[in-house]
Amino acid sequence: MKVKLVYFAWVRERIDKPEEEIELPAHVVTARDLLNHLKTLGDGYEAALQYPEVIRVAVNQEHVDQDEPIAGAREIGIFPPMTGG
Amino acid sequence: MTTPTIRVQSEDFDLQTEIDRLVAGRTDIGAVVTFSGLCRDEGGSLNALELEHYPGMAEAEMRRIAELAVERFALQGLTAIHRYGKIAPGENIVLVIAASPHRQAAFDGANFVMDFLKTAAPFWKKEHPKDGTSGDWVPAKDADDSARDRWLTPRTE
Repeated sequence: MKVKLVYFAWVRERIDKPEEEIELPAHVVTARDLLNHLKTLGDGYEAALQYPEVIRVAVNQEHVDQDEPIAGAREIGIFPPMTGG
Repeated sequence: MTTPTIRVQSEDFDLQTEIDRLVAGRTDIGAVVTFSGLCRDEGGSLNALELEHYPGMAEAEMRRIAELAVERFALQGLTAIHRYGKIAPGENIVLVIAASPHRQAAFDGANFVMDFLKTAAPFWKKEHPKDGTSGDWVPAKDADDSARDRWLTPRTE
């Protein structure tokens, strides 16, 4: 399954790209699995996702818990805790 | 059911214009609470804040929060506007206007929207210091999570 990933704030800066499309390996089931998979893709990913528990994930532009499955996602947002307002 | 007005924009907004829009032609509104958030200069050290947002999701999340507030506090009107891009000290960042028949619901509604907006709407602030260094992303505050969580405890009334 191919999925579009979009990154924001310091996650985007450390991965050094705003978005990309990747092929999900079969063992990636939940949002947490995805973060752990991305961490293996290089130094930038490792730096961005060093503490995966603080990272927020949105599937099709809605927040999800990290233990939720991501099957069927068209777009997955990955970003730090929000600081707007 | 009141439909909230939600906008995510780079340009500034005018408080009076937005209040006038919300109450135009209405004679049933008894209370209007307006909150606006501005960029601070942090003791003179800050040149600007850069607000990054997740286009599409920012609007969608603000709308979800606003609809919860309208329902929970029976608001007669609600406007939420959040800016993005570079914002200088003294400039507006965010605006929430809540209208209701009596003041408490309008105060609570505006407060609720701000507490959830800070913790759930996908915006991030980066500081641009005056000394020309690259600046840091503003860290999320535990106090903001606590402010949100007090709306989640079961109500006793």
